[in-house]
Amino acid sequence: MTGTEMSEKTMTDTVLSVENLEVTFRAGLEEVRAVRGVSFTVGRGESYGIVGESGSGKSTVLRAICGLAPTSGGRIVLDGAPIPAPRDAAFYRRVQMVFQDPYASLHPRHTIDSVLSEPLAIQGFDRREERIEQALEEVGLGKGFRFRYPHQLSGGQRQRVAVARALILEPEVILLDEPTSALDASIQAEVLNLLDRLRAERGLTYILVSHDLAVVSHMCERLLVMQHGQAVEELTRGALRARQAQTDYTKTLLKASEGYSAEVPA
Amino acid sequence: MSALTHTEPRGTRAWLLSDHPTSRRQARLGQSYRTWLALRGNWLAMVGLAIVLALVLVAIFAPWLAPYNPILGQDLNTARLLPPLSPGHLLGTDDLARDILSRLIYGTRLTLMVVALVAVIATPIGLLVGTTAGYFGGWVDTVLMRFTDVVLAFPRLILALAFVAALGPGIENAIIAIAITSWPPYARLARAETLTIRDSDFIAATRLQGASSVRIIWKHVVPLCMSSVIVRVTLDMAGIILTAAGLGFLGLGAQPPQPEWGAMIAGGRRFLIDQWWVATMPGIAIFIVSLGFNLLGDGLRDVLDPKGRK
Repeated sequence: MTGTEMSEKTMTDTVLSVENLEVTFRAGLEEVRAVRGVSFTVGRGESYGIVGESGSGKSTVLRAICGLAPTSGGRIVLDGAPIPAPRDAAFYRRVQMVFQDPYASLHPRHTIDSVLSEPLAIQGFDRREERIEQALEEVGLGKGFRFRYPHQLSGGQRQRVAVARALILEPEVILLDEPTSALDASIQAEVLNLLDRLRAERGLTYILVSHDLAVVSHMCERLLVMQHGQAVEELTRGALRARQAQTDYTKTLLKASEGYSAEVPA
Repeated sequence: MSALTHTEPRGTRAWLLSDHPTSRRQARLGQSYRTWLALRGNWLAMVGLAIVLALVLVAIFAPWLAPYNPILGQDLNTARLLPPLSPGHLLGTDDLARDILSRLIYGTRLTLMVVALVAVIATPIGLLVGTTAGYFGGWVDTVLMRFTDVVLAFPRLILALAFVAALGPGIENAIIAIAITSWPPYARLARAETLTIRDSDFIAATRLQGASSVRIIWKHVVPLCMSSVIVRVTLDMAGIILTAAGLGFLGLGAQPPQPEWGAMIAGGRRFLIDQWWVATMPGIAIFIVSLGFNLLGDGLRDVLDPKGRK
């Protein structure tokens, strides 16, 4: 795997940095501070993990990066320039997202063909036919899937379509929001391997959110542990595998996942 | 599955139901064919569809089907108020010696025109207002929906009456009045559907491709609201026909001598005790057509409901 060579390169070249990010949701008088002062940087070509239990704000960080959640404080910097708010079309060409639930992320009345051709039309890409076929090929779905509807596909196939949709705009950064947690264990590995291969081939940068430490240790060079909307600690993959956690929370998290991660080959 | 490679589909049916469509057209036609198969299984819906189709065919071929002129009567001395099954007059004649069957046949054209125009005017207004309000939320939602509530607060026939009174009596003005008063339920329905779709991942994903709000509403939200609105419109058709007939009955819709069914009932009510058929025959026609639309709408709801069948 190309992971280790990349992690050395990353330290010099930062593609995305999040500084003191705050996300607060307001509903009437109630206020929920979902993310409280989270900072991290992601190097080019790196795969960065964010882990934490449900409600720790890890998905909200991703949604804030791509503009789906309102940021109430802090900065998000892409390639040295702060991201404009609202996000412009150029931003979406560089940053794409894959959602957690492949059953909810595809329009039930659109064929795979129109799912894939829409981003091309919006962003004004040429050679659309070729690109669609190529994207399907790359995620391991043949031409035969092109004119099907989502309800004619399995969960794993749907998630491949979602990956193809994110890839078709040739972005540099892909935000992965628990991309495998809605899938069966056997399909999970397939999709993870697909993501790994695509990153190696295209030099993509990933930010992967997961509650599954096994997935994160398989995919990511570095990871951030979050709890109650705050960053608890940052670990390298080596430290994670050697169980060298500094804080009590991470130790508990590691302990809780032990039975599971032991089965996953390094 | 070897179906992927077979070159010659076994007939049109197999081509339509293929799990591996090879073109946009085949995918779309296949989807429509599946909907049709589901609808065909519901015999009540098929009865409704048959009635609606019959209405359309009768309207198209009215001049060939009608035995007499619907406006010019026969001899007033011999052919006035003839009972049903009289020789030459299957459903009898009215007080001006006009053949009731011929008037009913020509009346289908007016009924169909009312129904079609109201659907064409009211549905897009309702969809536009509802999806816009639901998608944007906030003050846009408040302004649009409070306006909808205001329109909705008036009883439909009363509001239509007021409009017709202001615009002047006539079938065209009746159509406009009915259309203006019938869009609010579609707006409410479309808004409710939009609210359930708005925060879904597939809309977020489209937004993340840089799509504009107009594009998201038109290409992603409207198609999903469409089926429930179509069902609602079909079910409302009966009500629209009745409102048009009601306006005709009150003398504010179609004007004499137009053979509009509501106006025919109004004309026949003076003879209801002795010559019951003059008012009853158009009443039966309204009843059958309303029933047809209701049955069809019910069947469509089962088939098109986006939550029922994915």
